Amino acid sequence: MHEWALAESVVLAVGNEIRKENIKEICRVKIKIGELQQIDMEIFKLALENVLGIHLPGVDINKIILDIDECTLKCKVCENTWNYRDALKNLEEDEAEAIHFVPEVSHIYMRCPSCGSPDFSVVKGRGVWIDCIEGEK
Amino acid sequence: MDPRESIINRRFDNIKRIIALSGGKGGIGKSLTAATVALILAGRGCLTGLLDLDFCGPSAHVILGGAGNFPEEDKGILPPEIRRNLKLMSIAYFTGGNPSPFRGNDVSNAIVEILAITRWESLDFLILDMPPGIGDPALDILRLIKRVEFLLVTIPSLVAVEVTKKELRVLNELGIPVLGILENMKRNDGAMIEEEAVRNRVPFLGAVDFDPDVEDALGKPDQLLNTRYAKQLGEIINNMKGFEACR
Repeated sequence: MHEWALAESVVLAVGNEIRKENIKEICRVKIKIGELQQIDMEIFKLALENVLGIHLPGVDINKIILDIDECTLKCKVCENTWNYRDALKNLEEDEAEAIHFVPEVSHIYMRCPSCGSPDFSVVKGRGVWIDCIEGEK
Repeated sequence: MDPRESIINRRFDNIKRIIALSGGKGGIGKSLTAATVALILAGRGCLTGLLDLDFCGPSAHVILGGAGNFPEEDKGILPPEIRRNLKLMSIAYFTGGNPSPFRGNDVSNAIVEILAITRWESLDFLILDMPPGIGDPALDILRLIKRVEFLLVTIPSLVAVEVTKKELRVLNELGIPVLGILENMKRNDGAMIEEEAVRNRVPFLGAVDFDPDVEDALGKPDQLLNTRYAKQLGEIINNMKGFEACR
């Protein structure tokens, strides 16, 4: 239930924005879920619903849109670009689990498929990210 | 917007004091001091957490003789209690003993993740074992943890002291509380560090002698606590306000 902590952070961040921007009603919150973190979407949605009930009971879960963000990685040495989805099948279960908790450890368990370097950047799709919050003031 | 930062300070709501063991230079015994202080406080009945923030070279689990079980998942992750009253969180749980080739941005991201998902619950003390330098990790801690206090460790070497002075300058500039300077690995009667502490208007907490028995005690917490090093450190802690036995 690591997803619960991330869902809680989303709800708290939305709550902070509601207060800061004096938003009366939330129209839409768009959240990107980066593939690298391998979030279990069902658990995340369930956690989101529960945490909303605790911290922001006025916000309808249906106003929160979750989009999977495909993870792209780029080698800093040879500039090769690849997808995490392709690399995932080469990972052991415990390695994938470690990346789920702390995506940066992907530098330990993954290598550039072209040159073998661990020196790559996550271009997109790292983890949970609030893309936009739309509301009426 | 990165939502993780919104939850970080809530994770520290039930922690009475957050102490960062720092000192600028590598190899001055920060990790050993952080781990030993945590052991001493835990032994005095204080609920203590030790967070190893040296993500490129974590060593708290080596000093303490193991990291215990993999953190349990429960609405975040729960740091394992590796000894009575002592919980540990370290990147080592996730790196599997492998080298960590992280760039600065990766370290920052990993620190934010660990701070956001770790549920310490109630603690008397959270000890942060800081990596060397005043780069990304130190700046992240200063930005993200509002109640952090620094305890600076240094050794009687001009090179180390100069770096510690620079860190002290940054902390003073930012208005971060500094509990004082601890002299580690003292080998003679020189008073360079004490004089620098006076010159820089920061408390000199005391000195701990170089103890050749420490190396043999690494990985054996009970033996470590019986070294002259740990006993001297314990006496210094005795004289620090708020570091008395907890219960």
